[in-house]
Amino acid sequence: MSEVTMNVWRGDSNGGNFEQYKLERVEGEVVLDVVHRIQATLAPDLACRWNCKAGKCGSCSAEIDGKPSLMCMTRMDTLPNDTITITPMKTFPIIKDLVTDVSFNYVMARQIPPFTPGDPEPDGTYRMQQVDIDRAQEFHKCIECFLCQDVCHVIRDHEVNKLYYAGPRFFVRLASLEMHPLDTVDRRALMREYLGLGFCNITKCCTEVCPEHIKITDNAIIPLKERVVDASYDPIAWLGRKIRRKSKTTAEEAYELAPARVAPTSLDGIPATAVEN
Amino acid sequence: MTIAQEQGTIPQVVPVEIGRPRGGPKEKRTLRTDRWWISPAVTATVLTSFVAYATFAAFQGKDYYVGAKMHRDLISPFYSPCIAESCQRVAGSHPLGIWASFWNFSPALLILIVPLGFRLTCYYYRKAYYRSFWQSPPACGVADGHRSYTGETRFPLILHNVHRYFLYLALLFNVVLTMDAVLAFNFPGQGIGFSVGTLVLCVNAALLWIYSVSCHACRHICGGQINEFSKHKIRYRLWKMITPLNARHMQLAWVSLVFVALSDLYVRLVASGIIHDYKIF
Ligand code: SF4
Ligand code: SF4
Ligand code: FES
Ligand code: FES
Repeated sequence: MSEVTMNVWRGDSNGGNFEQYKLERVEGEVVLDVVHRIQATLAPDLACRWNCKAGKCGSCSAEIDGKPSLMCMTRMDTLPNDTITITPMKTFPIIKDLVTDVSFNYVMARQIPPFTPGDPEPDGTYRMQQVDIDRAQEFHKCIECFLCQDVCHVIRDHEVNKLYYAGPRFFVRLASLEMHPLDTVDRRALMREYLGLGFCNITKCCTEVCPEHIKITDNAIIPLKERVVDASYDPIAWLGRKIRRKSKTTAEEAYELAPARVAPTSLDGIPATAVEN
Repeated sequence: MTIAQEQGTIPQVVPVEIGRPRGGPKEKRTLRTDRWWISPAVTATVLTSFVAYATFAAFQGKDYYVGAKMHRDLISPFYSPCIAESCQRVAGSHPLGIWASFWNFSPALLILIVPLGFRLTCYYYRKAYYRSFWQSPPACGVADGHRSYTGETRFPLILHNVHRYFLYLALLFNVVLTMDAVLAFNFPGQGIGFSVGTLVLCVNAALLWIYSVSCHACRHICGGQINEFSKHKIRYRLWKMITPLNARHMQLAWVSLVFVALSDLYVRLVASGIIHDYKIF
């Protein structure tokens, strides 16, 4: 029976270091199983978050050999090395060991104006066709594991951008709302001015790590970027709006519909420590 | 009106916390153990080779046209539509050897602006060079090579938003390159025929069409911008057709890029007399 060395990050907001745990390999295990065995036998105080062990709750996100992954969906036999490194998600503040504080994402979620349908039909109901909502089906698969948020270099490597960046998970959410046949809010200016769509440089790491295989960049972000071009950068589209006397919603108008907005909206007033990080 | 509005609870101002300590080792650029650098290295090599070849070919200003003397009508895609006056002397019988009398340099330097702009602003190539040259990021989970980052929110990168206009121009160019491919069936003094050169220009035009049609901006304009597909049947059909091609946009970008360089090379070799354009029938 061969052995495996698990190199696990232990620590909290005061710092930490790697601890090594040597275990026997058991056939068919996923990384989360091994972490559980460490908890059961070698380190009962090792903190990790998990729930379903089926890749559906999005709790067990961590970084395995430097790659943001779900621990419960990463089979040990797919990892080529005999030493496996496990670290908490890098982008979010640490709580303890493999557990991070992902509340950044909940703040971002609240900045999005929710689904807002227009008036119902005379019989008091709404109607839409299957073809109109097929496209958004993919986006609804999101399990909110926040691996895409974690891997996105915009905030992973540049902490300060967290102030103006909703992140790929919320671009997926925004795409499902913007493409909805019944929704009436125009969030394009809001995405451009406050939610940081322009920060994404479409390098597709979010797509690479998404455990639900949502084509985040191709199907959500790029279509949104193209919609923002319609609204703000395309002179022909602008002329079309003038001729048809159509107006577009401003960022402020859209923001009024959101449950919350983040405090600072410009670089002014950011604590120096934050910029340094 | 949303539920939250009815309840009068908004807008609520919430802070985004930044600067709190993170987990994991700080100093490390990445913890990845696989060979993540291969992909950016290959991308950088192929792109650099292409740029080097294109620069060489563009500055030549000759050997881009095989004409009546060799019983052919083949023009390099780097020099088509040949809109500089100097083309008229070289490719006299070939249409579009016109205007731009002010241009005294190699015609390719003028013409290549369009395909260069199209590919430079292409969503796929952006990914490719942001990763391989700008290191932002070099690979997923590998630290960005720069201290600060504003993405595509400022000049000059904000200019990428003109991509759809380069698409329109590129589509026009495709029409011209298709005409070139049709003219390649003409063998002056020998009638209609088919040679390796004809095949090369036909495949080149076809690849450029597929690449351009699979463009993200094209997908958006054809149907992506619509929310109610059921009310726009034709645009929905177009969108449905483009979507699977769009999923292969990366592959199409590479194949068409390499082939356009090979097409130029072929015409160049024939025009300079190094090889003979074999006539199949
Ligand atoms: S494609 Fe955009 S959102 Fe996704 S990881 Fe890259 S920069 Fe972030
Ligand atoms: S989009 Fe994918 S990676 Fe991002 S939170 Fe949802 S499931 Fe996770
Ligand atoms: S435990 Fe639920 S996704 Fe891993
Ligand atoms: S996205 Fe690549 S050509 Fe338009």
